[in-house]
Amino acid sequence: MIEARSLSRHYGDLVAVDGISFTVETGQVLGFLGPNGAGKSTTMKILTGFLPPTSGTAVINGHDIISDSLAVRREIGYLPEGAPLYGEMSVIKFLQFVAHARGYRRAEANSKATKAADRLNLGHVLQQRIDTLSKGYKRRVGLAQAVLHDPQVLILDEPTDGLDPNQKHEVRELISTMSENRIIVISTHILEEVDALCNRAMIIAGGKLVADDTPTGLIERSRYHNAVTLSVDNLQAAASALSNLPEAAKVEVRDDEITVFPEPDSQLLASVNRVIAEQGWQVNALRLEAGRLDEVFRTITSEVEQLEELA
Amino acid sequence: MRTFLQGMHTVMRRELAAYFATPVAWVFIVIFTVLAAAFTFYLGGFYQRGLADLEPFFRFHPWLYLFLVPALAMRLWAEERKSGTIELLLTLPITISQAIVGKFLAAWLFLGLALALTFPIWFTVNYLGDPDNGSILAAYIGSWLMAGAFLAIGSCISALTRNQVVAFILAVVVSFGFLLSGLPLVLDAFRGWLSQGFVDGIANLSLIAHFDAISRGVLDLRDLIYFALVIGFWLLANLIILQLRKAD
Ligand SMILES: Nc1ncnc2c1ncn2[C@@H]1O[C@H](COP(=O)(O)OP(=O)(O)OP(=O)(O)O)[C@@H](O)[C@H]1O
Ligand SMILES: [Mg+2]
Repeated sequence: MIEARSLSRHYGDLVAVDGISFTVETGQVLGFLGPNGAGKSTTMKILTGFLPPTSGTAVINGHDIISDSLAVRREIGYLPEGAPLYGEMSVIKFLQFVAHARGYRRAEANSKATKAADRLNLGHVLQQRIDTLSKGYKRRVGLAQAVLHDPQVLILDEPTDGLDPNQKHEVRELISTMSENRIIVISTHILEEVDALCNRAMIIAGGKLVADDTPTGLIERSRYHNAVTLSVDNLQAAASALSNLPEAAKVEVRDDEITVFPEPDSQLLASVNRVIAEQGWQVNALRLEAGRLDEVFRTITSEVEQLEELA
Repeated sequence: MRTFLQGMHTVMRRELAAYFATPVAWVFIVIFTVLAAAFTFYLGGFYQRGLADLEPFFRFHPWLYLFLVPALAMRLWAEERKSGTIELLLTLPITISQAIVGKFLAAWLFLGLALALTFPIWFTVNYLGDPDNGSILAAYIGSWLMAGAFLAIGSCISALTRNQVVAFILAVVVSFGFLLSGLPLVLDAFRGWLSQGFVDGIANLSLIAHFDAISRGVLDLRDLIYFALVIGFWLLANLIILQLRKAD
């Protein structure tokens, strides 16, 4: 369990993390979302014991990050932002070094290193110098290093940044298979990733926790939630007909599509279908929207920015 | 204690391997041995003296270390900061002191190797005459200790910055201060306004003063303690600096 208690971190006058509290239970995959400079990485650096908080603390599996940092670090696997690595080492030597640092000896260290490399499909670059690897491979070495000791708590700062679509998929699979009986915290700018991977999402903005919900819960906050988007031949006529529906709160026309936003708790889709049938429109496309995470993200984070400008 | 040694050993091994995985090791060893020989024969007047000892060899070690040890030490922490690997290293279950001592020992052993590779000069003096090899061994040990003192200064200063050039220049300047503090020129400057006790204290801080006897082959316990204290002091400062600002 991770228990963050009003964590704050100041850099001079700048408040990078501003009194964040939360708890994460085993089995949760938590996604940190937030604009650049929101404080995601800073929070992760604090949780992993690298950066001391200015105030507050966190307890990870019963160990305080300040007074019992070594025990915390034993439990955690961490991929720092940008996946820093010792470039002059070969992949296998590097992983063996991490295994030794984690207290494994000789044969066990070697087998842990090989296993971690296999998990990230690094088998054919084991002897290659790390600084000659492509960016995506470096990221995979960073991930292999983080999962090497099967940690109870996995903290990954932008794990899929710089990976090709196939590798993104592989890494997401890896995270999914590891998520049972563990805590995984990832940060990402890829919103679908949160939907695909996480069962909990936090939005951080200006160092504050501004939303803490399931990905579905966040999506449902979107004004697009249960909206109906359709494409018909005569856009303007259709738009005005649809706006007369009692279930329609608002109608927007963009490019060659009409989006109808629902009144709360209304059966919009059924009514739209009825109108289409009555009018005999030629419908090219029709879909019920689940909601748009990027729109929720923008709405929530821009509110914070406006508040900060006022302050 | 056992776990301390394990973590330290892990860091030390990685560091040593890093020297030899890059040109650092070979460049350093070649330059060190060539300069050591050049100083001995050209500036030290090794042949002209007509004495079978290595005093002209050891006499220049402080000046050799003044530039070469900061060049070796500058990367110790500045590079980790610059590349961000410090975050990787210090979020592994390795303590800062294990990392500092591990890195220090790796560099110190490496300096020991470079020093050992000056052995042809020892062969030469044994071939030409009949030197006191006990004194020569003592001088080698003393020189290695002094190299450790320079190294501890360089390691500490390297932890202050992410810029290796800055680390190098600062380390040379500080080491230079430590070297010079025993010279009459410097002591005279202090003599006017400090009590004799203070002036003696400053003179006592000087690396040169403590190395002087050693270079003639006299290992005095006080000199050994002095070098141990200097190393301990600077490594402790290194620890405090990293604890306070490892993430900056
Ligand atoms: N060492 C430092 N010194 C001064 N300010 C810093 C330092 N590290 C981070 N900051 C500031 O703290 C704030 C939070 O940074 P952080 O790296 O946590 O953001 P982030 O949410 O991870 O952003 P990104 O999505 O770009 O990675 C930023 O304003 C950043 O400029
Ligand atoms: Mg970040």
